[in-house]
Amino acid sequence: MYKYDEYDQTIVDSRVAEFRDQVARRIAGEITEDQFKPLRLMNGLYLQLHAYMLRVAVPYGTLSGKQMRTLGHIARKYDRGYGHFTTRQNIQYNWIKLEEAPDILAELAAVEMHAIQTSGNCIRNISSDQYAGAAADEIEDPRPWAELLRQWSSFHPEFSYLPRKFKIAVIASDEDRAAIQLHDIGLQIRHNDAGELGFRVYVGGGMGRTPMIAPVIRDFLPAADFVSYMEACLRVYNRYGRRDNIYKARIKILVHEIGAAEYARQVEEEWAHVKTLGLDPPPGEFERIAAHFAPPAFETGLSDEIDRSDPDFALWLDSNTHAHKQPGYAIAVISLKPIGGIPGDASAEQIELMADLAERYSFDELRVTHAQNIVLPHVKKADLYALWKALDDAGLGTANLDLISDIIACPGLDYCSLANARSIPIAQKIAKRFENMDRQRDLGELKLKISGCINACGHHHAGHIGILGVDRKGEENYQLLFGGSGAEDASLAKIAGPGFNEDGIVDAVEKAVETYRTLREDGERFVDTYRRVGMQPFKEAIYG
Amino acid sequence: MAELLRYRDDETHEEPAVTLDAFLGQTNATAVRLEPDEDARALIPHLDRLGLIEVAFPKFRDGRGYSAARILREAGYTGELRAQGDVLIDQIAYMRRCGFDSFAPEKAISREAADKAVGFYPEVYQKAADGRSPVWALRHG
Ligand code: SF4
Repeated sequence: MYKYDEYDQTIVDSRVAEFRDQVARRIAGEITEDQFKPLRLMNGLYLQLHAYMLRVAVPYGTLSGKQMRTLGHIARKYDRGYGHFTTRQNIQYNWIKLEEAPDILAELAAVEMHAIQTSGNCIRNISSDQYAGAAADEIEDPRPWAELLRQWSSFHPEFSYLPRKFKIAVIASDEDRAAIQLHDIGLQIRHNDAGELGFRVYVGGGMGRTPMIAPVIRDFLPAADFVSYMEACLRVYNRYGRRDNIYKARIKILVHEIGAAEYARQVEEEWAHVKTLGLDPPPGEFERIAAHFAPPAFETGLSDEIDRSDPDFALWLDSNTHAHKQPGYAIAVISLKPIGGIPGDASAEQIELMADLAERYSFDELRVTHAQNIVLPHVKKADLYALWKALDDAGLGTANLDLISDIIACPGLDYCSLANARSIPIAQKIAKRFENMDRQRDLGELKLKISGCINACGHHHAGHIGILGVDRKGEENYQLLFGGSGAEDASLAKIAGPGFNEDGIVDAVEKAVETYRTLREDGERFVDTYRRVGMQPFKEAIYG
Repeated sequence: MAELLRYRDDETHEEPAVTLDAFLGQTNATAVRLEPDEDARALIPHLDRLGLIEVAFPKFRDGRGYSAARILREAGYTGELRAQGDVLIDQIAYMRRCGFDSFAPEKAISREAADKAVGFYPEVYQKAADGRSPVWALRHG
């Protein structure tokens, strides 16, 4: 894992001091809420329906046990005993007091964490593959590149007042576990025909009210030119992205309006100039960062045998573990989606337990996934049973990864001031309806995603089944969508028809799922059947 | 308008800034004002006769002026580069990094407060137009 040196620490400490000063000026009435707002937003502090919400950055979703324990401590001391893991691989606290926010940042800085640029119209936390460094299918660990981007984008003087927020994701495998084509910039590390390392660059994807899948604007960007090319991409956007309408301000609209080819041409032109400025760190800097991500000291010669005699354990093993590149090891996923729970929520005690388990079983590493779960990336297969036991005792052993109850849901009207409808109770009702685990397993991989408004924080466009909360004449109403995907087969979900009320949407989901069960062919997932047969049979079942 | 905040030793440029159109249409103006939607690169052929470029920030949220400033400095402009308008204290550090060396905020900012805001960050992560060495250069210096 990356470790701060004195420079990193100085910068993060400076931020705490600066923010303390800003909060003091606000509390003293020296600045108005209007003037304070952009400052607190740059530190991830939002004013929500009931209280301040603080969003803490978890760069590329990677945490140490000590950092995780601090997150638990903050939940207990400054919140109401909970933290909420988000689709941006971050954590949010929903009950924060303004005057305590600087202290929280100081506690975070003490474990090399921060809330820098977790909101505002700037480059946000860089996301990556939650299995980075462990997955059998990656060509190398993408996180050193993500860390290079984190440093480049932190307090970037030119790109802190962009037309809109800006999200970048980096992966290094063909399987896309980070939804890169739905990011403002998506980067896939790859080799070209000559065997050199570089990136395929996607620009202009996104969700929100105008969802778009990002086109490729450069098939191969040599690794050495990484930073200067990003600089060029951002400068073109900063200069020409729309600022007349907040809903048209994301880079996807610019790329769409001028066309990917024209955007790419402008970037190349800008880059030809920018490249001469010496903005790219030397290879030694990348090597310095990469050394922090060297693989842990895996034991060799371990057996891949696992005792499956406990049937509940065997079910968890089959659904919640993933192939590791090292023989004898597995990637274990902790579901934060207990049936009837709040997706992504964890109590202070659960957070601390996960910290302990990471130290004991996973070389002191955890990951947050964009599906709001937690990963222990490096678990010895021989330890999986003990791990599962400990998780299960703490209510963290739900064996539902990628099943219908592994729902992504945004905070919705329970917390969010922009919401049209609640998301959490819908997630809870759907999970309850499909409570029977045999039924869930029979349905197989089914990604259900819920957003409480058109801003799409719950990624409903990318759900095999998506649900969008809207306001219909003052009532909460839910639209149903089918056929989205945030993976390498990225696609945008389509609306089935008129919306439903709270109970109606649960019934409609069930009808859709039963339709799939009747129509599916061997090995087909819900989304495969939908893609083969189209919307009509589903429509008939739901509205017929 | 509030007092000018300057980070230059030379005399304040006296000639009033004209619009970009007016500037491009006449050969003797030495000060120009750039609106957010105007292309800073249009000035590049004329930099050696310019003593003042004023970049307008009608709303602090509109960050196009930051790119304009860097483009002008990258092209070798050494004259006064002024940020005018809705310029807030917490933006001065970024603006300095992008090459602004003079500020005409609508609401007065004291020199002391500005220096404090700029002084919060002894280290920076990336190269910009202020000549500061980013930490990656210090690490491998
Ligand atoms: S999708 Fe809407 S309701 Fe949900 S968190 Fe985002 S802004 Fe709030």
